[in-house]
Amino acid sequence: MNSALQALITILVGLGGCISYFYLSNLLLDKVICRPTGPNAGRNINRANLIRPWLFLFPAIFALSIYLAYPVFETLRLSLTNRVPGGGYTWAGLSNYQQMFNEPKFWEAMRNNMLWLIVVPAASTAFGLLAAQLTDRIRWGGIAKSLIFMPMAISFVGAAVIWKLIYDARPIDQDQIGVLNAIYIYFGGDQPQTWLTVPFWNNFFLMMVLVWIQTGFAMVILSAALRGIPEETIEAAIVDGANPFQIFFKIKVPQIMTTILVVWTTITIIVLKVFDIVYAMTNGQWETQVLANYMFDKLFRANDWGVGSASAMIIMLLVSPILIWNVRNARKEMR
Amino acid sequence: MDNIAGTKSSLTWVVHISVALLVALWLFPTVGLFISSFRTADQIATNGWWNALFPSEQNLTLRTDAPDTQVQQGTQYVIDGNLFVTDGRPADEATISAWGTSSRDIGAYKPGDVAEIDDGATLTVDKTGNYHMEGPAAFTGSRGERVFVVATTPPELTFENYKNLLFSGRNTDGMVKAFFNTMTVTIPATVIPILIAAFAAYALAWMDFKGRALLIALVVGLLVVPLQLALIPLLKLHLAIGIGKGYLGVWLAHTGFGLPMAIYLLRNYMAGLPRDIIENARVDGATEFQIFLKIILPLSFPALASFAIFQFLWTWNDLLVAKVFLIDATGQTTVMTAQIVDLLGTRGGNWEILATAAFVSIAVPLFVFFAMQKYLVRGLLAGSVK
Repeated sequence: MNSALQALITILVGLGGCISYFYLSNLLLDKVICRPTGPNAGRNINRANLIRPWLFLFPAIFALSIYLAYPVFETLRLSLTNRVPGGGYTWAGLSNYQQMFNEPKFWEAMRNNMLWLIVVPAASTAFGLLAAQLTDRIRWGGIAKSLIFMPMAISFVGAAVIWKLIYDARPIDQDQIGVLNAIYIYFGGDQPQTWLTVPFWNNFFLMMVLVWIQTGFAMVILSAALRGIPEETIEAAIVDGANPFQIFFKIKVPQIMTTILVVWTTITIIVLKVFDIVYAMTNGQWETQVLANYMFDKLFRANDWGVGSASAMIIMLLVSPILIWNVRNARKEMR
Repeated sequence: MDNIAGTKSSLTWVVHISVALLVALWLFPTVGLFISSFRTADQIATNGWWNALFPSEQNLTLRTDAPDTQVQQGTQYVIDGNLFVTDGRPADEATISAWGTSSRDIGAYKPGDVAEIDDGATLTVDKTGNYHMEGPAAFTGSRGERVFVVATTPPELTFENYKNLLFSGRNTDGMVKAFFNTMTVTIPATVIPILIAAFAAYALAWMDFKGRALLIALVVGLLVVPLQLALIPLLKLHLAIGIGKGYLGVWLAHTGFGLPMAIYLLRNYMAGLPRDIIENARVDGATEFQIFLKIILPLSFPALASFAIFQFLWTWNDLLVAKVFLIDATGQTTVMTAQIVDLLGTRGGNWEILATAAFVSIAVPLFVFFAMQKYLVRGLLAGSVK
């Protein structure tokens, strides 16, 4: 109950603080610094209009720079230093990176991340496109969509529990309670498999969880894009005798290619940051390590901030092409 | 495409079936855990959850009533009763297809058969578990005769798991506390960024100043910065300025991480509002502050709702930020996601606890999801650069 009270007070203080900041700073600007009356009224109004945007923006810029911009540079700095026991740092040059590159676990994480990067966006987008195309054509499509979309609301941890039950294995002489093993035995498998401990393939069992979650996202975006395709192009294709598959692959897909790219990159970013699923299901054992979990391991279990920061920079490096692409697109749109 | 002659009927059927399959496939995992959360530990361990929907054949070991209930009828000593009732089950629950008195041959007799126990005593059991035991000598011992039955029991679902987890008061698995902790994290972390972002978004959408384009580009760039980068620097900062690990830290962190998305979504929406309204208000002498509060905010409600849902789902489901900025060594402030991961480690085999705990944490986001799906979809469509 104590913490609930604290939360309530924070909401009140936070909201009250925000509102009074905005209100009072505007009041100050209008009534004290730049009064829009008297001999200098015109100049004062102009000046107030120069200042005001920054009053509106200040809290956001302040929070953004401390919570997102500053950490990028600080992480870069930390990745180039070593922590001295007892406090303080020493310059380490690239030795943290060197140490990391010599660790097989890092390369395992890199390999797995690459696998994730190929499989998850591709599978999610493909399933999403399929679901979008199919559900748009039937009357109960809306319900179907919201059911496929539902895993989106489930936490990665919740999803991990859900899928662990599917992958569960029991000794051969008992009934299997995991669906996958039940099916496997039913179709003549000899031994129940502990799916999550089979090296290499277990990665795909983990990826399945993220594909399951992200398909709904891809479907929602792509279905909106499909509906935005001008009718005439499809009608023209029908008149010309195209079959449904040709219409889909040669008329519809090319027209929504940009949206597909957006979906693809969005899921790519999510994949690069994937942590909870691996942490909850295998914790990187049995060769399922990924970068984000590797980093968490280094930071909070090995307490090695240097290498941890270095691996965080690798994630940043992998994200930055998308970052640049997004920024360029945004600027193009504004012009 | 539907108007191609001759292809319609067959193709539509294929579509219907494919969609049904897809939906079933996507629903299946969640349903499995959901049903498991209503089964007892025994049921979960003995067979798959898909059996819970059908009557199942089980081997049960039951007992007759103890000898002290026997009555003397003429020369015979008799015990009558119902095996299921004696076992504390409802009388008409199960149907017996075979039974026996020895664990080596539990299917020795059909219902209605008469079995010789010993010393001339006999036992007969019918389909519904009623039994009749009689013998020439008094039955002795403190417990009843063991009877092994093969019985078909109807599906049985129970709320016990939820009762134990939430209302037992023992709180052995800490889910109740974790639930309130999650709540405590989520609400301020959802509300506070909205206000800050709304002001900034208005400035970026409707005020003209130098550097506006650059700021927007910066926000778009920050959208994709992985929060992994922020963990150590911010934890260091929080420790240095005395916030430490705790609710304040996690609220601030969620606010910071949520802002780019919030600003981006709200700016896009506000920029699409009709120019006339805002300019008319300016001409009429409204201050920017009044315009924002009385015109922009109410009109932007759909975008505000979209972001609120996003931020709510994201903070409710988050594990990483809570682990780094909130949960300290005492574990008093653990959230549900972290608690479930702990349970996965300590009670990995206890599916009744895991399934129930997972569903307690999933229930709230699912409710929000179905109640406000419209806004969620709208937000996704507007913010899919992220």
